[in-house]
Parts: sequence; C-alpha cells; structure tokens
Amino acid sequence: MEVNKNSTFYTFTFSIIMVVIVGASLAYTSLSLKPLQKANAADKQMVDVLGAIQVKSSRSNAKADFQKYVVERISIDYNGNKVNSKTGDVVASDANDPFNIDVKKDYRSNKPAKGDMAWGNANELEFPFYVCEKEGDTLLVIPVVGSGLWGPIWGYVALNSDNQTIYGVKFDHKTETPGLGAEIKEDFFSVKFDGKTLSEAAPYFSVLKGGSNTDEHSVDGITGGTITSKGVEEMMNRTLDIYKKFFESEA
Amino acid sequence: MSSENKPARKESLFSKKNRKLLKDPLGDSNPITIQVLGICSALAITVQLQQAVIMSLSVLFVMIGGNLIVSLLRNLIPDRIRIIVQLVVIASLVIVVDEVLKAYQPDVSEKLSVFVGLIITNCIIMGRLEAFALANKPGPSVLDAIGNAMGYAWILLVVSIVREVFGSGAISLPGMGQVKFLPEGWFIASDGFYENNNLMILPPMALVVVGIIIWIQRSRNEALIED
Repeated sequence: MEVNKNSTFYTFTFSIIMVVIVGASLAYTSLSLKPLQKANAADKQMVDVLGAIQVKSSRSNAKADFQKYVVERISIDYNGNKVNSKTGDVVASDANDPFNIDVKKDYRSNKPAKGDMAWGNANELEFPFYVCEKEGDTLLVIPVVGSGLWGPIWGYVALNSDNQTIYGVKFDHKTETPGLGAEIKEDFFSVKFDGKTLSEAAPYFSVLKGGSNTDEHSVDGITGGTITSKGVEEMMNRTLDIYKKFFESEA
Repeated sequence: MSSENKPARKESLFSKKNRKLLKDPLGDSNPITIQVLGICSALAITVQLQQAVIMSLSVLFVMIGGNLIVSLLRNLIPDRIRIIVQLVVIASLVIVVDEVLKAYQPDVSEKLSVFVGLIITNCIIMGRLEAFALANKPGPSVLDAIGNAMGYAWILLVVSIVREVFGSGAISLPGMGQVKFLPEGWFIASDGFYENNNLMILPPMALVVVGIIIWIQRSRNEALIED
C-alpha cells in the first residue's frame, strides 16, 4: 500500500505514535530512577542541615554525621503545638517523620499573598525543625523557604538554645542570577549571620541594602541582588513567626 | 558537507569518506571554533574539568542517539513537522541524561544546573540532525555524531583544563574530586609567591581562551581565514 507522506492524516498519525512512545519511555526512566534521586535529595538535605550548624559534611558521610549531631526531629503545627517527634534513623517511607515533610512543596502550594504573613491552609500544615547537639550546645535548625527573583530560595537557620542568637545559616537557591542573587549560597554571605540575634517582635531580622549600618538584628544584603536579599529576609521573618509561637509555649 | 544519499553502492564503514566525517569536525569544520555553534555552554561549564567531561559525555550521548534515531526514521518523518520531530527526539534524550545525572552524579548535576537542559538548544545537535542525519544512513550518521561531539568535547576539555589549572590551581575528574597539585606554601596566603588568577574562573576568560584556540587554528591553516 502506498502511503502519502504529505497527507494530514499521516502527519497526525506519526505525531501521535511518536508522542505515545516518547511519553512512555520518559515516564519509565523517571519512575525507575526516582528512588535513587530521592535518596540523593535526602542526603543533600542532611548536608544542608549540618551546614547550618557549621559541620562540613559530604553526601557519603551525610547519614553518619546526621546521626551524630541531630538528636531529635520535631514537627509543629501553625499555632506552635508539637505534632510529631522522632529520634533515631530517618525512615524514608515514614510520612510522620518530620524529616520527610516537603517544606518547599508546602510553601509552593500555600504561599501567603504578597505582604501577608498568613499562610493559606495553614492549619493543615506541619513545620519541621531539628534539635542538634554540637560540642555540648543544643542547637535548633529551622528550615526556611521563600522566593527569590527568579525562583525558589531556601535554607536552614540554626539558633542557639536561647532561641534568639543565630548560630549559623545555610542558604541555597534554584535559579538566582550567578554573581548576584546566587551569592546567598556562598560562605561570605552566611557568616555575616553568625552571632546576630533575633529581635523580640516582628520583624525579627532584616537584610539591608548593601553598605547600610547594620545592628544586632540585621546584616548587609548583596549588592545587585536586592530582591534575592529581600527574599531571604521575608522567608526568615515569615517562618520564624511560626516557630516563635512554639518557643513561647515551651518557655 | 555532502548530504547526498547514494543508494546501491555499498561502502565500508571506514571508507575515506566516512573517516572524513570523523576527522573534519575535529579540525577544519570544528563546531565551536569554525562554525561557532554551542558557544553558550562552552563558556558556562568550563570552570572545572569534571563538569566539562560530564557535559561532553552528555552531548556525545545526545548526538549519537539523536543522529541515529533521526537517521533511522528519515524515510518516515513527515517533511512538514521534521523540525518538531527532531526537537522531540533531542529533548527526550536530554531529559534522560538529566534524570540519570540526578540519580548517579548529583553533585555534578547541581553544578551543571540548567546547562544540561540547555543541550536541547545546542545548535550543534540540531544542525547535525537537519544537515546530515535526515539525509544519510545510520552508519555515517553515527560517525558524524561522534566526530562533531568530539570536536565539541576537545575544545571544552582544553578550555576547562586551562581555566581550572590557572584559576583554581587544581584538576578535577569525575569520581576523583578536585586534586590541588600546587603546594599550599606557594600561595601568598601562606607567605608564598603564587596566587590563583580569579579572572580565569569568570566566563569572559572562556571566551578569550576559545579565541586563542581560533587564532592558532586559523594561523596554521590560511584556508580558514575569511576576508
């Protein structure tokens, strides 16, 4: 049978078959590699949590180091009440493990409107944090998520046991501008936070325009990365607001 | 490059014509230095040798896969949507590469970030599919893919070695991490005389290094100089 390759019917059939084959093979690849990618992401999360308490770890040592320093994983609800608490090994399949709460996804789907502190659906969400022991000190590591200029930014803020003093921070980003906003992940930016304190009432912490006078509760932002710097400030204040409630109820 | 599809006459895979397919892109029709394609990624990921190696392997895989698939389908692909078909083929191969890197080389994948995805827009690949694979048998198409990917790769490797050695005083290979070969005592920070050249790490320096390669190549072969 002679097929007319220029007919619309042929073109349509060809594209439909192509899309089905491509779709199926990509779905298969993605599904079969998912477990490995998940494990990598978990390792990375551990490395970042440890980074906030200034422990340099690597992917291969992440699990062991995490075991060594992180003593408890706690999740709280929006009103600051404790929901879950886990110790020991992280179990990837355990949905109740605060380690497995996808804070980025929660933020994405319940993002507060601009200038608003309140989350949508806030009462259904859980917010995790990590209790760490390092050289006799008890440190709390709080994950923060927010928006930069181009896409999501996130990080971990480690507080001393007084819940006021910042022990260390570790930020990362997805698509901020290299050389400008992307610098938030560099050490020169995060060391500025060490030893600063959160103020009693909101705003707890500010990231100022480069060159401003900074005090106890603020740091210099990144020149040329103002929106990303402001994003860092916004995510810290919004997130810490929730944890403050927990700290107050504990005290 | 001839894109004539001669039937009937059988020729060996390594005939003179086919060897030319492999050799030409390495030198006189190099995709980066002569055709000036795929420059964007060449500038962006040549800070470390390790990234350049992974990027080259990814491009090699996508090129071979794309050329082979398009060449096999060349008599089936409807003319009117051939560009879309090429794009779909390239895009799916790139997604596969991206997923595999995320699973097996997470650190490198993080550093390459968007540039793996941008292989899709690498003009070298699309150009070879359109100019060669669409009109030639699978065998020569694969050779053409290997030739062009290698032409891309050696420039990347040379540029990244220059940039990493002078910019970071180190060499990195996948699986080995970064090896600093200069003694710590040499650096000014520890009262030595040597300092890494930070300019080398910035993208403009990649352009300069590529420019130097182009210069050397053209001064050795006058035929390449345009008026």
